[in-house]
Amino acid sequence: MRNALRELRRRPQRFLAVTAALVVLTVLLLFLGGLLDGLFIGATGAFRAQRASLFVYSSDANDSVIRSRIPAELRAQVESVPGVRAVGGLGVSLLGARVPGQQDLADTAVIGYERRPAGVPATPPAGSAWADRRLEAFGVKLGQTLRLGPRGIPLRVRGWVSDTNYLLQGALWVAPTTWREVQNASRPDAQFAPGAFQALVVDTADDPATVARRIDDSTGGSTNTLTKDAAILASPGTRQQKSTFNGIIGVTFAVVGLVVALFFALLTIERVPIYGVLKALGTTTRRLVAGMLLQAVIVASVAFITGGLLTYGLTRLLPARIPLLLVESRAITTFAGLVLTAAIGGALSLRRIARIDPVTAIGTGT
Amino acid sequence: MPALQLIDVSKRYRSGDEDIVAVDHAALTLGDDEVLALVGPSGSGKTTLISIAGGLMTPTSGRVIVGEQDITDYSARELTRFRSEHIGFVFQTVNLVPFLTARENLLVVGELVASGRGRRQQAGARADQLLEELGLGHRGTNLPSELSGGERQRVAIGRALMNEPELVLFDEPTSALDTHLGEQVMELIRSEVKGRGTAAVIVTHDHRVTRYCDRVVSITDGRLADD
Repeated sequence: MRNALRELRRRPQRFLAVTAALVVLTVLLLFLGGLLDGLFIGATGAFRAQRASLFVYSSDANDSVIRSRIPAELRAQVESVPGVRAVGGLGVSLLGARVPGQQDLADTAVIGYERRPAGVPATPPAGSAWADRRLEAFGVKLGQTLRLGPRGIPLRVRGWVSDTNYLLQGALWVAPTTWREVQNASRPDAQFAPGAFQALVVDTADDPATVARRIDDSTGGSTNTLTKDAAILASPGTRQQKSTFNGIIGVTFAVVGLVVALFFALLTIERVPIYGVLKALGTTTRRLVAGMLLQAVIVASVAFITGGLLTYGLTRLLPARIPLLLVESRAITTFAGLVLTAAIGGALSLRRIARIDPVTAIGTGT
Repeated sequence: MPALQLIDVSKRYRSGDEDIVAVDHAALTLGDDEVLALVGPSGSGKTTLISIAGGLMTPTSGRVIVGEQDITDYSARELTRFRSEHIGFVFQTVNLVPFLTARENLLVVGELVASGRGRRQQAGARADQLLEELGLGHRGTNLPSELSGGERQRVAIGRALMNEPELVLFDEPTSALDTHLGEQVMELIRSEVKGRGTAAVIVTHDHRVTRYCDRVVSITDGRLADD
């Protein structure tokens, strides 16, 4: 093992090409992962912040909060279901907002709420909002009055919240009456009466899945109740984004394995004479393979550190509106995946090393 | 006790439809500090014979006894361990590990046998002692590429002696050296082997080598004959 380290230290140029290739792949993996996380977090913050185990939509909404309508009578039915501890109304309107002093419209999600989500203060007075910090990228400042939708409904920014956006639109958390005013102004064809919401967030006293079934049974199929995790994944595009990005990330890991396997396969061919000598001297195949795996793991680790620093530098250069987010868990899983794949790639030379006959060390004659 | 006994050893290969007899009923006994030259033309079976003697290959028939151990029926794993503890090799093309210093090339063998801090320290001390005895005390930190041909061969001899073997096998040790250097190396081999009471088999084409040996055995078409 120590000799494998010595080779890395004394002949780093031999490992330069494979390390460079792995650095590029690391940047790609972190970039793809960062985009996936940025998109996921930017799209689902409003739902993840909810202190509820169930989301109730109208059954014709196809699990979309935008399409859903829950009138006051339906809400009352839900509230009476055994196991339901607390119910809160939720409404979301996606629309552009005019920001004082800015040319472009800011993309916003105006969210009316009753139950306080994590990180969001209690419902603000009508005509004001808690704004997500994402809107700072659009030039929004504390105390400003934004003009919402085609009618320019005024909304004053009262304070900041973080990680509460919906579908990458900057969240503006408002009182239900304010939300209804905005919603009804932008969609005159689909008015929400007082007490009506798009969805309900439900806190349960019993097992959430059981309570969800009870809710849908008691409303006679007028509702479709999802667990919080299912509701998050049901956000438009979220599941598709996840599967697409995860597919690309998986293929990239396969390329990592291929690159490492190819490199060490070539290195093994080059090392056949010296492996033959070492085997003749009494070195076991296991020891030779362990040395190679150690080299693969170290090369992958160095590539990860270099690639990680490069990616971090790149993210600093990108505009704030690009939803790229480097999170610790992604870095850990990428590192673990990289090291594991590199080790598997290196281990593919095991058979070739095992088949090296120590007799080759003693010339080729008979 | 003899260092090596080959008792009616044969080795046959199958090559296509042909049955090749590389070693044919060979019998050989080597004293515990005897230096033996094995001479013969290319393809005569020299390499196969020392491969069998060194536990790199098993015979098709016959018995191989090194020191007190009958290694005829050893598994590949047992032979690997046996070689690391009891046999020294010096190869034709020297074959030092190119990224290890002279001292580390000796320790490759030391580390196979030694485990634990104390044993490793002992191996380090032995490597230093061997390098000193071989006149390479000042070259221990040099890589093989920084050594002359003769120095590399001396390092290879040191590596072969690291595990205090009962038997050292030399494969054409002077083939890559000029006459003068070849003689120096042979003198060194003889003095090192004799000084340690170790047995050695030297495979060679070079008849000048034979004068440094106690006995010369020739091999032709796999058959041994005392010269």
